[in-house]
Amino acid sequence: MDNLLSLITFIPLVAALVLALLLPGNDEASQRNAKMVALVVTSFVFLISLFLLAGFDPQDTGFQFVEEHEWVLGLKYKMGVDGISILFVLLTTFLMPITIGACWGVTHRVREYMIAFLLLETLMLGVFCALDLFLFYVFFEAGLIPMFLIIGIWGGANRIYAAFKFFLYTFLGSVLMLIAMIAMYLDAGTADIPTLMMHQFGTEAISIAGWQVVGGMQTLLWLAFFASFAVKMPMWPVHTWLPDAHVQAPTAGSVILAAILLKMGGYGFLRFSLPMFPVASDLLAPLVLWMSAIAIVYTSLVALVQSDMKKLIAYSSVAHMGYVTMGIFAANNQGVDGAIFQMISHGFVSGALFLCVGVIYDRMHTREIEAYGGLVNRMPAYALIFMLFTMANVGLPGTSGFIGEFLTLMGVFQVNTWVAMVATTGVILSAGYALWLYRRVVFGDLIKESLKSITDMDKRERLLFAPLVVMTLLLGVYPSLVTDIIGPSVDALVSNHQTAVLNADLSPAVSVAAQH
Amino acid sequence: MISADISTVLPEILLAVYAMIALVAGVYTGKDKVAPTILFLTAAVMVVLAAMIGLSGGGTTTAFNGAFIDDGFARFAKVTILLAAAAVLVMSKDYMLRRDLLRFEYPILVALASVGMMMMVSAGDLMSLYMGLELQSLSLYVVASLRRDSAKSTEAGLKYFVLGALSSGMLLYGASLTYGFAGTTVFSGIISSVGEDGMSMGLLFGLIFLITGFAFKVSAVPFHMWTPDVYEGSPTPVTAFFATAPKMAAMGLFARVMFDAFGTSTAEWGQVIALLSLLSMFLGAVAAIGQTNIKRLMAYSSIAHMGYALMGLASGTEQGVEAMLLYMAIYVTMSVGTFAFILSMEKDGQPVTDITSLNMLSKSHLPKALALLVLMFSLAGVPPMVGFFGKLAVLQAAVEAGYGWLALAGVVASVIGAFYYLRIVYYMFFGDEDKAGIDGTMSPVLWVFLMGSAAIMVVGMVNLFGVDGLAAAAAQTLVN
Repeated sequence: MDNLLSLITFIPLVAALVLALLLPGNDEASQRNAKMVALVVTSFVFLISLFLLAGFDPQDTGFQFVEEHEWVLGLKYKMGVDGISILFVLLTTFLMPITIGACWGVTHRVREYMIAFLLLETLMLGVFCALDLFLFYVFFEAGLIPMFLIIGIWGGANRIYAAFKFFLYTFLGSVLMLIAMIAMYLDAGTADIPTLMMHQFGTEAISIAGWQVVGGMQTLLWLAFFASFAVKMPMWPVHTWLPDAHVQAPTAGSVILAAILLKMGGYGFLRFSLPMFPVASDLLAPLVLWMSAIAIVYTSLVALVQSDMKKLIAYSSVAHMGYVTMGIFAANNQGVDGAIFQMISHGFVSGALFLCVGVIYDRMHTREIEAYGGLVNRMPAYALIFMLFTMANVGLPGTSGFIGEFLTLMGVFQVNTWVAMVATTGVILSAGYALWLYRRVVFGDLIKESLKSITDMDKRERLLFAPLVVMTLLLGVYPSLVTDIIGPSVDALVSNHQTAVLNADLSPAVSVAAQH
Repeated sequence: MISADISTVLPEILLAVYAMIALVAGVYTGKDKVAPTILFLTAAVMVVLAAMIGLSGGGTTTAFNGAFIDDGFARFAKVTILLAAAAVLVMSKDYMLRRDLLRFEYPILVALASVGMMMMVSAGDLMSLYMGLELQSLSLYVVASLRRDSAKSTEAGLKYFVLGALSSGMLLYGASLTYGFAGTTVFSGIISSVGEDGMSMGLLFGLIFLITGFAFKVSAVPFHMWTPDVYEGSPTPVTAFFATAPKMAAMGLFARVMFDAFGTSTAEWGQVIALLSLLSMFLGAVAAIGQTNIKRLMAYSSIAHMGYALMGLASGTEQGVEAMLLYMAIYVTMSVGTFAFILSMEKDGQPVTDITSLNMLSKSHLPKALALLVLMFSLAGVPPMVGFFGKLAVLQAAVEAGYGWLALAGVVASVIGAFYYLRIVYYMFFGDEDKAGIDGTMSPVLWVFLMGSAAIMVVGMVNLFGVDGLAAAAAQTLVN
């Protein structure tokens, strides 16, 4: 299987083309067909992605399943995975069938909806597999198009504003990265990611319009990449597109956005910022750490006062992503391990939470917390599942949420105690907003007239949650499932990073810094 | 000698002779009744000539003492020009016939304009340059006001004429200064008159005036004022023509003069063109935001796109020219597809140009809406559409040539510009369900062009059909 990665990546695309060209019509039968095709294909992709896991050797810290072909304009088509990216590939293929299952109730332009999701799957997988700068960029950016359409066509009342904001915000971040990529390509003479990870970009201070840039070229490149990934992540203060996009997106769109698209930012930091610009990462780490700490506290506080369930969960996502950035830029084993673990876990937990909101939204057509209360009386199964994921979101030991938060905090504590201390308050705050949300929605007496006839989850919905419940608990009690795979690659990443930082020749830069 | 000269200029001679025969034939036979025949015949002749030029093999030959140059660069530009002109002619038949606009002079004028354009990209002398330019411009002035009973169309023609004449005047003034200080009008003579210590002040002034003239022709800011009005006022098929072939020709001419006549002073003109490029990208992006007329919108879009193409030229390197040629070829392809769609925009049988009339096109005509979606994202330069690869090429050339700031400004402008392309997508896909949109009928010819262009934008991400290689070869002949 020399081209397993390409196969996994492009099967959804082929399915999308088949749906678009060979299965026309929008009547009920073809709607059902479209859903079935999408479900079968995404499940099939998940199954063959398991072969990837089976054939993967965690001890080998290089890239595996590598494919390389010539592409247009002298660019290369190169794919491959290492211990860091393989889990994101699996996360994507695992969540896609669940996402498709979550849109079973959609009746509005179903075929197009399925095509958009299948295209999105191809593009997301491409991002995690690409080993060429420009190939990465193409996948990274192209994902905006289907997501723009998903929010804009199937979204809520204020979807147009949200779709434009989502697109333009993330597009602006990414084009700066494009310029940086061109500069890297010209500096190193290659766009090959494994080679670039070994390449030393200049660190001599350069002056631009009278400003001394400490760390020189690396700092500039790092900032350009940061602009893109920080928006994608999203980090405070450029997170404002996310609550809008989440609130307006349809349930399945929110799941994808929270569970996978947000991880592209974190993946980018791990793939580009940390290994390629180690010196700049080290110089600017305090900035990122403090931004993360502020993000955790600030967005947790904002989440406390939300009256819209989706918005609340969206803000809690921003807070959780704060742990991720913090862990990554702590740049030690625990921090990076924890960041990756947190991303994987957040993929399951936030996806499940948005599904939970979707379940009651489908019944009541409102996301206002006020409109609910006492659901436990009529929906015991729902109450149980919602509770599990609320606890995972809070980071209760025994759930996957705990491992990630604990590891990142431990990693950061070794680097910057103050940041760790501030960030830890986020754990308490998250318990505040998540449990309060749960109490207002589920507990209490069922007094609202409109809720009297609400029904519990049906079979399809229970089936959707089952794999997520299993994964959340399994990773909570047996985290080695993840850490065994990422461990060696993270080791290599961290030790390369630390060697590069130690060997960095910052002598002119240091003297400049000293003068200030 | 003369027979060798003539064989070099043969395609131009053939097209010119054909145009004159067609003119006489048209006058003495059925006049407008034979117009469709002449139109298709002209398109066929253009395609045949394009094939002839494209297959004529490599090498560089000059004719008439260096006044005419036939090289890879010229051939690349000519094939693009001829194919674009032929495509626009074929697309315009239905539209013009139904509105009683199809006069037999129209294809002939387009053919003559094409002769002018072919001369422009092959010019090796300021004299032949000006001849080509004027032949093209005069033909274009007339076709702009083809709809004689419409105030807007005649206004467009007149505006174009007055401003075009002004720009020709500047260009001539620049040419005369250049001649005065270089002592010759042949490009190879001009370039050798620039000494070791750079060009003289007089020659520099000549260069600046020449650039001003070219900037008018490519509609670069601040010499763009005519573009929106002319685009809006002209009959839509003519607008489609303006947006494609003449842009390629003017860009080709610009590059030709800069490299062949002033190739040793890239630093001098590079800065000027970089500034033009910067202004064009931003004005094109910002000014289009408020437009609801799709023809005006496309005018500003073309200004922005010329800005990106100029970025390639400003680099002053072989990669820059290659990127510029590639960008123009992609831009022309996208424009043909987009205008094929605009030509079909009708509501109750009447042509409309308001973008709000695209309301919910995706509901009634999904394939067309998808094709336009692809074209819009391609125009915006969003990957994976081919438009992105054009942008990537020029950005790369600019960064490599030390114009990092220009590339940075370019990508920022492309984000601003993305807004108005997205707005068209917004009307098509998320508009108001209740309001009626355009009829959505489309003639098979237009359908083929729209779908073909969109398909190229998608398929091109896998394989550019060798256009990149041809552009590289063309750029090499020009820069060396």
